[in-house]
Amino acid sequence: MYAFTYHQPNDVAAAVALLDEDAKLLAGGQTLLPTMKQRLASPASIVDLGKIGELSGISREGETIVIGAMTRHADVAANAAVHQAIPALAALAGGIGDPHVRNRGTIGGSLANNDPAADYPAAVLALGATIVTNKRELAAEAFFHGLFETALGEGEIIVKVRFPIPQKAAYQKFRNPASRFALVGVFVTQTKGGARVAVTGAGASGVFRVNALEAALGASFAAAALKDATVPAEGLNTDMHADAAYRAHLIVVLARRAVAAAG
Amino acid sequence: MSATGIGASVKRTEDIRFITGKGHYTDDINRHGQAYAYFLRSPHAHATINKIDASAALKAPGVVAIFTGDDIAADKVGGLICGWMIHSKDGSPMKAGAHPALAQGKVRYVGDHVAVVIADTYAQAREAGEKIVVDYGVLPAATDTATTAKPGAPQVHDVAPNNTVYNWHIGDKAATDAAFAAAAHVTKLDLINNRLIPNAMEPRAAVGEYDSGTDALTLYTTSQNPHVARLVLSAFIGIAPEHKLRVIAPDVGGGFGSKIFIYAEETVCVWAAKKIDRPVKWTADRTEAFLSDAHGRDHVTHAELALDVGGKITGLRVHTIANLGAYLSTFSSSVPTYLYGLLLSGQYNIPAIYCEVDAVYTNTAPVDAYRGAGRPEATFVVERIVEIAARQLGRDPGEFRRANFVTSFPHQTPVILAYDAGNYGGALDKALALADYKGIGARKAASAAKGKLRGIGFSAYIEACGLAPSAAVGSLGAGVGLWESAEVRVNPIGTVEVLTGSHSHGQGHETTFAQLVSQRLGIPFENVSIVHGDTDKVQMGMGTYGSRSGAVGMSAVSKALDKIEAKAKKVAGHVLEASEQDIEFKDGKFTVKGTDKAIDFASVALQAYIAHKFNGQELEPGLKETAFWDPTNFTFPAGVHICELEIDPETGVTTIDRWTAVDDFGALINPMIVEGQVHGGVAQGIGQAMLEGAVYNGDGQLLTASFMDYCMPRADDLPSFRVETIETRCPSNPLGIKGCGEAGAIAAPPAVINAITDAVGHEDVAMPATAQVIWRAAQKAILKRAAE
Repeated sequence: MYAFTYHQPNDVAAAVALLDEDAKLLAGGQTLLPTMKQRLASPASIVDLGKIGELSGISREGETIVIGAMTRHADVAANAAVHQAIPALAALAGGIGDPHVRNRGTIGGSLANNDPAADYPAAVLALGATIVTNKRELAAEAFFHGLFETALGEGEIIVKVRFPIPQKAAYQKFRNPASRFALVGVFVTQTKGGARVAVTGAGASGVFRVNALEAALGASFAAAALKDATVPAEGLNTDMHADAAYRAHLIVVLARRAVAAAG
Repeated sequence: MSATGIGASVKRTEDIRFITGKGHYTDDINRHGQAYAYFLRSPHAHATINKIDASAALKAPGVVAIFTGDDIAADKVGGLICGWMIHSKDGSPMKAGAHPALAQGKVRYVGDHVAVVIADTYAQAREAGEKIVVDYGVLPAATDTATTAKPGAPQVHDVAPNNTVYNWHIGDKAATDAAFAAAAHVTKLDLINNRLIPNAMEPRAAVGEYDSGTDALTLYTTSQNPHVARLVLSAFIGIAPEHKLRVIAPDVGGGFGSKIFIYAEETVCVWAAKKIDRPVKWTADRTEAFLSDAHGRDHVTHAELALDVGGKITGLRVHTIANLGAYLSTFSSSVPTYLYGLLLSGQYNIPAIYCEVDAVYTNTAPVDAYRGAGRPEATFVVERIVEIAARQLGRDPGEFRRANFVTSFPHQTPVILAYDAGNYGGALDKALALADYKGIGARKAASAAKGKLRGIGFSAYIEACGLAPSAAVGSLGAGVGLWESAEVRVNPIGTVEVLTGSHSHGQGHETTFAQLVSQRLGIPFENVSIVHGDTDKVQMGMGTYGSRSGAVGMSAVSKALDKIEAKAKKVAGHVLEASEQDIEFKDGKFTVKGTDKAIDFASVALQAYIAHKFNGQELEPGLKETAFWDPTNFTFPAGVHICELEIDPETGVTTIDRWTAVDDFGALINPMIVEGQVHGGVAQGIGQAMLEGAVYNGDGQLLTASFMDYCMPRADDLPSFRVETIETRCPSNPLGIKGCGEAGAIAAPPAVINAITDAVGHEDVAMPATAQVIWRAAQKAILKRAAE
């Protein structure tokens, strides 16, 4: 790790004031710190969001669940309101990494990093969540821009995420046996507006929705509706762990299993 | 059997310090004034080094020195060696390229050592290392085992045309050809034995220290064989004469073979310590471990099995290309030859065997012994082809094996080894019963009803352990003898220190060796301590690998104990005023035959040291004996493992449902430790079969250089193991021990692959059989079934 200056501001405005092009925000540090340890990143300064109370916490506001950006995965996984309203989201949070990761990692950090194999982007996209920053509100579709890229601009910090409560939802993850990240993860939802299927781990440009599966499930939200469904391999990742054809196949299998699990 | 004697499952003495964080590993050692080494490594698989400019780095804060290969050569320090000479079938010696500790003129794999930076702190050394400017002339890389010897491939060493180290063979070609000419059935098999990265929990580390007052060097290092390290560093590399070089291997956190070898880093640390007159410390990080620890396996093999009309095996023909990486590591040449070809008879009576091995260089990390070393590769060939032959002939895999088992002993194989004792049918019977083989049909049907595929796979493995008779291995090219030494020091109050040339890095010697002494001398287990791993304390010894510490190391202890008993009887005779011939020793008491006169062991020890009761000119005072044990034969652990698993054909996800192991390790000293060794070995074998595989790309970059991409087995990948033993004592050592450390890793891979292929309609499946691989095979099988 290279030397850097460490800041620990108490509010979002102070954090923003500390940001410049050589600064990095530190949320849970589950990607940033290993990258720094491997000397692949060398920010001149680190702005730790850990002391900004307004960024943490979970609440139900009418028909939405609101989760502060610095809320740890373990807290989402254990939260009664999340369990009651969107159990699939609690289960997803409880399945991220291992206990160490879940006790440090945050939803805001995960979304801002937009790792193509991260779990949260699938939930945000499938649930049609809104990402609230210090500057604006972004729909999920507008937020994710390919691998490790988002709509976040300079001086922009995620404050919270608003999840509309669906009628049904479930997440199925097929783990990479080595890293245990999602080789393919599929989050399905049913809302008044229809069905959504969001896929992480498989896309060559990050999280994406599968229109054909959504259409089939919109007509009938049942596993049987996907019985003969297929997903093209184009645009999917091929790496040493899995090729695009296998990932395409798994998307359908996991979508079916997710629909079945959603009840 | 006493509660702590031979055969008792005594809890491991050493675990108290290991699990409470009080172990003392090389990285825990810090010497006054020590500096830290950072190795600048090649980012290229193959490149000339045109120029190294360290001028900016030398000015960096804290830097003490920067050395390159030229500095070491200028000191007349030699390169690293390979200690086993193999001759090609044309009689020519193997073609070993130079292996400098720091590269000279050329780098040959990603991770190769370019320079060492020594600084006051590790961070400073690393910072400075990044300031070294190396002008590389990047060359195309040879990375593929199967094709590196083909004309036109990039050449790794000028001395080895076509990247060929040797073309070795063993067996009778004419007799084997005749067996195939007469065969009623021939089974053919192409397979790859996947390359593995050892990943001991503790990475390699070294601290070199120089004492200018005595002109002596000390090296603390993560070694499985500190005396061998000293011998090589002294006699071959020329660091210092042996009496001026002390090598200490303290607690070592796992080796699996990877810590047998003498590597560049410890050589440089101990050399540089004298150069700068300060201790020099280096501890590998995990990335360095992936890049530069010697890897294992990496064979490409074609095998053919000849059978007569009744299904008797009549011949085996094998051709293997073995990748040895960019340089010949310490024992690398022996692994795909004498530790491989000699095992190709398996548990079977095969009249004719012929095996050819082409060992090749590639621009990849050196490949050497890894748990099992050659024997897993041989077992994979034999147990896969035997399984396939049984299927082709429509025979039950268990009964087909049984019909071909060696049943009388001793048995001379056509590939040098003479099996001394075994009961292969007995192990099979017990395994079939424990695995409920009779119920497999019903279980397969139950799985099918759930849409799952169930398979069962056998592995009837054999290994040659207890390495090894010195003269025999010498005749095969070994540069050293493979005996072991022991010294038993009885203290005046009757406690005992055993100094052994074996080295424990997870095996539990502090427990098992003490059990032997406790039983033999009839003294409390707690009164015995085991000393190992320090060349200044322990006389020359050969170390631990090849499942040899029980069979060879403990035999040396046993021999020393014989001498202790003989001497103690003499002392007891004087004390009890009886003839030495009338003294009997049992349960820690010396008695005079036919009388009630007795003295306990501790009292005899005291008498031996105070020397009041005997004439010190006729009988030497003291009670301390030394022994060297040179085995007369290899030992032959063998057994049957049965793997039963269930596949979800929709995803390829496979769950091992039952694992049955019935092993014949000869006599057991501590059944709990033996069971632990089987668990660990099987875990590694399942890892090879389903999870692990080192991948280099065409440029020679290691794609699996972290745990994010290289999949080590975890607890939730593994079943609960059913581990049992049978016992035929080993006739060639006093304790009847055969060895158990490698068996699981040898047995498991073919059991897994045989089970998977059984489940997927005999479609071929390569290792590692990941879910994707299994899914493809299952889909093919389903399509084929639908077409029928």
